Amino acid sequence: MAQTSPQQLAPPRSRAARRGSSRRVLGLAPGWWFTAPALAIVTLFFLVPALASFVLSVTDFDIYALADLRNLRFVGLDNFRRILVGEQSELFWTALGNTCFFVFVGGPLSVAVSLGFALLLEAKLTRYKGALRVVFFAPVVTTLVAVSITWRYLYDVRGGLMNHALESFGIEPVNWLGDPHWAMPAIILMAVWKNFGYNMVILLAGMQSIPDELYEAASLDGAGSWRRFWHVTLPALGPTFAFVGVTTMIGYFQLFAEPYVMTRGGPENSTYSLVLLMYEEGFRWWRLGAASAVAVVLFAITLVAAFGQLALQRRAAA
Amino acid sequence: MNRIVRALVHNGLLWGLALVVLTPLAWTVKASFLPAGSAMTIAAPADEAPRDAVGFTLDNYRQLFSRLNLGRYFANSVLVSTAITAISLALNSMAGYAFAKLRFRGRDGLFKCLLAALVVPLQAAMLPLFLMLKQLGVINTYWAVIIPSMATIYGIFLVRQYALSIPDSLLDAARVDGAGEGRIFWTVVLPLLKPVLATLGVFTFLAAWNDFMWPLVVLTGNDAQTLPVALAILSGEHVQDVELMMAGSVVTVLPALFLFAILQRQLIGGIMMGSVKG
Amino acid sequence: MTRCRQPDDRRLRRPQRAWCACLALLAAACSGCAPSESSQQTIQFWAIGAEGERVAPLVEQFHRLHPNVRVEIQQIPWTAAHEKLLTAFAGDSLPDVCQLGNTWIAEFSAIGALQDLSERVGPDRTVAPQQFFPGVWESNIVDGVPYGVPWYVDTRVLFYRTDLLAAAGFDAPPRHWDEWLEAMRAVQRRQAPGGHALLMPTNEWEQPVIFGMQTGAEMLRDDGRFGDFSGKRFGRAFDFYVDIFEEGLAPKISNTLVTNIWQQFERGEFVFCITGPWNIDQFRRRLSPSMEGKWATAPLPGPDGEYPGTSMAGGCSLVLFQSSPRQDAAWQLIEFLTRPEQQVEFFAASGNLPSNRAAWDSPQLADDPYLEAFRVQLEATRPLPRVPEWEQIAAKVWVAGEAAINGRVQPAEALAELDDQVDAILVKRRWMLAQHALGEAE
Repeated sequence: MAQTSPQQLAPPRSRAARRGSSRRVLGLAPGWWFTAPALAIVTLFFLVPALASFVLSVTDFDIYALADLRNLRFVGLDNFRRILVGEQSELFWTALGNTCFFVFVGGPLSVAVSLGFALLLEAKLTRYKGALRVVFFAPVVTTLVAVSITWRYLYDVRGGLMNHALESFGIEPVNWLGDPHWAMPAIILMAVWKNFGYNMVILLAGMQSIPDELYEAASLDGAGSWRRFWHVTLPALGPTFAFVGVTTMIGYFQLFAEPYVMTRGGPENSTYSLVLLMYEEGFRWWRLGAASAVAVVLFAITLVAAFGQLALQRRAAA
Repeated sequence: MNRIVRALVHNGLLWGLALVVLTPLAWTVKASFLPAGSAMTIAAPADEAPRDAVGFTLDNYRQLFSRLNLGRYFANSVLVSTAITAISLALNSMAGYAFAKLRFRGRDGLFKCLLAALVVPLQAAMLPLFLMLKQLGVINTYWAVIIPSMATIYGIFLVRQYALSIPDSLLDAARVDGAGEGRIFWTVVLPLLKPVLATLGVFTFLAAWNDFMWPLVVLTGNDAQTLPVALAILSGEHVQDVELMMAGSVVTVLPALFLFAILQRQLIGGIMMGSVKG
Repeated sequence: MTRCRQPDDRRLRRPQRAWCACLALLAAACSGCAPSESSQQTIQFWAIGAEGERVAPLVEQFHRLHPNVRVEIQQIPWTAAHEKLLTAFAGDSLPDVCQLGNTWIAEFSAIGALQDLSERVGPDRTVAPQQFFPGVWESNIVDGVPYGVPWYVDTRVLFYRTDLLAAAGFDAPPRHWDEWLEAMRAVQRRQAPGGHALLMPTNEWEQPVIFGMQTGAEMLRDDGRFGDFSGKRFGRAFDFYVDIFEEGLAPKISNTLVTNIWQQFERGEFVFCITGPWNIDQFRRRLSPSMEGKWATAPLPGPDGEYPGTSMAGGCSLVLFQSSPRQDAAWQLIEFLTRPEQQVEFFAASGNLPSNRAAWDSPQLADDPYLEAFRVQLEATRPLPRVPEWEQIAAKVWVAGEAAINGRVQPAEALAELDDQVDAILVKRRWMLAQHALGEAE
């Protein structure tokens, strides 16, 4: 069967190429051997477990089941009932709400800051563009855990740099991480600082690919810098924006290390995120069934976001 | 004249912003060299003089490496990140090249499936993955961190995009000369892939170095813990020891920044390339 | 009774490793050079927090006494200890011997992680129950089976600034809640802005639970099948707890935000705090010399007549894990560490209070003024509820407290919510108890 491959029915592109791909080992084309190791790893250690989490989510797999599988029960959709409407629902919806706040406030804010910095850097007046780019990008490569610890101290009510700075402007100190209203904004501020450089670089690339003629034409029409930005830069950046926006949001949905290190989800669960909920359910209390239900929900949300991206890209392309 | 003023204001603003962006990192470094208990006294009540005169000490670093065993964690991080980078570069480049340039049945369908799988969040796989690795008996060893990262869809994708630009004629010429596919990959393809491998390499290393959640889950004992995990755990215990923790942060962040400083062209260039193409 | 059935079929738990022999080999090659398997045995000992460092000299002594056993100490931090231990259990990577908070013993015995010590302890053995404080010994027993040996005991008392309390007009520590509130109000009136009478981090469950013990609340009912926090007794304690914050006598902050407790104590930013014996040592070391004589410890005030008020019987035990193939060697270490001489030495090194009563007669303990309060308080302690889910329940207690403190819900509402959550946590326990009853009926 492998011998009469459909390739032989199709017109050959070149003799040599056919020879290359027909040199089989154990009846398999070389392409298979080249891809097999990577595919095996990805399948075994990513795709299979991802699917298995659906199975796990309909069981009450917990620490007792880990000790003795006879303590494992099939519970149907009970885990979902518990997190969506049942006993755990309050924590779940709080976590989802917090995560959405982080995504839909922090995400756009991040992109806006990235855009601002990209515009400033791209301006003709800028000197030492390369050095500045490196500086602005530096927070991206730092270790999230380490900078979270730093920021926890920067946010300290009494001795922290942040309140010290506010004080010098005559502003009352803020209990950044201790006040349920301020904790998530504080984490967003840190996330913006940590991440804006990444999108800035992508937006810079997008801007550099805008042909100069467009700007020149706009200038000839007498457009000022603001109108050039509004009518040339922004529309041309459309697809880049869609890409940046959606990847940022998907990434922000996975908020974990910041609250884990800085607040442990507090105060009053105001920084409790969806992934933190999954982690605590799964790897702190070892309720793997319930945690898998959270994972499945996370999966579903990401899927919706990805479809959103596709739709946006189609619209941008059209 | 007007133009000069504008240029001054513009660049002044930019460098001012640069200063603000660097402040948290600068503060980390500064605090790491202060004597214990003196970093947070800046906002002491006005009527009270700071308790300790600001000084300079290497004590925090000494403590980290002698008492808190940070050297071990550092070595663990280097080992794990290097292993992940080496293995995943090898596997991803082979697969990426094959998806771009070798023809085999089901190739395009397979690749589409892989791309679709990109939307699956990593966290969704974590719980069953833990149980699988437990069955393999590798929990709390380096392998628990290395195995799942040995190949990545993103890596395969990046290499494939780059490899598409390799001219077929080059490969065909080698085949006409009678070279096997393995040799062609080694002698012809790999040298051509160097730029993208450099980019992917820095990416992978930094991601592995900074990775937190999965190592936190699977590295239970101290023996195999990586720096971010050890640091997060220590910081829970040593909330009061600001200066010590800042020294730990410096040790953790510095290698990443150092690598970035050397390879920033590859890294930033890679992101720009990937985004324009992707 | 509360224990789930033990697995008879070990194959269910043991991984089948044959087919991944090559991975295992690589892993072995990766994890460095292991000592050659001779008569020399190496045992893994996990200690939590600073204990890991403080116990090191004792382990050196142990090495001299037992040249054929090597002890490798690993230090796991308190904040992550519980989850790390469970993860280690889940990942088959538990050590041989371990320090375990005595509130965790029910949990780890329920999952079959702990070794039954009945064979090793007894009235005429080296480790005998009568050597230890009875309440603390009791906390190591689940269904009549001993699973741990008390290593050190712990309870919470009042730490306070004598000078500032005296300045507010009180010469002696408070004996009852009313008196305590009065003292706190007097102190608060003298505080500068930002200062408080009491430091009581909102994310610690110990304080509300201790107040509950003082009012006689059981917290769980029906053999630990359901929560009982919305009962009258706990309600009274909870109101007391929340009112302290309402009145502004304590700052509404969690302990992740307390950056320098000693500096704050020294500056007088708070006058009282409820904490444990480890802080005697910390306060001595970290406060400046001028603070000497300006602070003291006292037993907790009680709600009504009796003094001292109840506190919790905490502490840590040493346990053997079932998975360990080196239990005999590990047991030698436990025997060694719980002897009176070593306990006194460990106290000197760590400030942890000895569980072995004989150790308390040594001058080092008897002559310490700060320990007197603990000695008195230890007479008035109660164990925490011994259900495997306690740790999860405890984590919910402070969340409920925080919600009430920040005024998000009324205290009564917070407690009703808490009971709902506790009942949900205990659902599997109810099922397993029912299964067990069924099994017994058959």
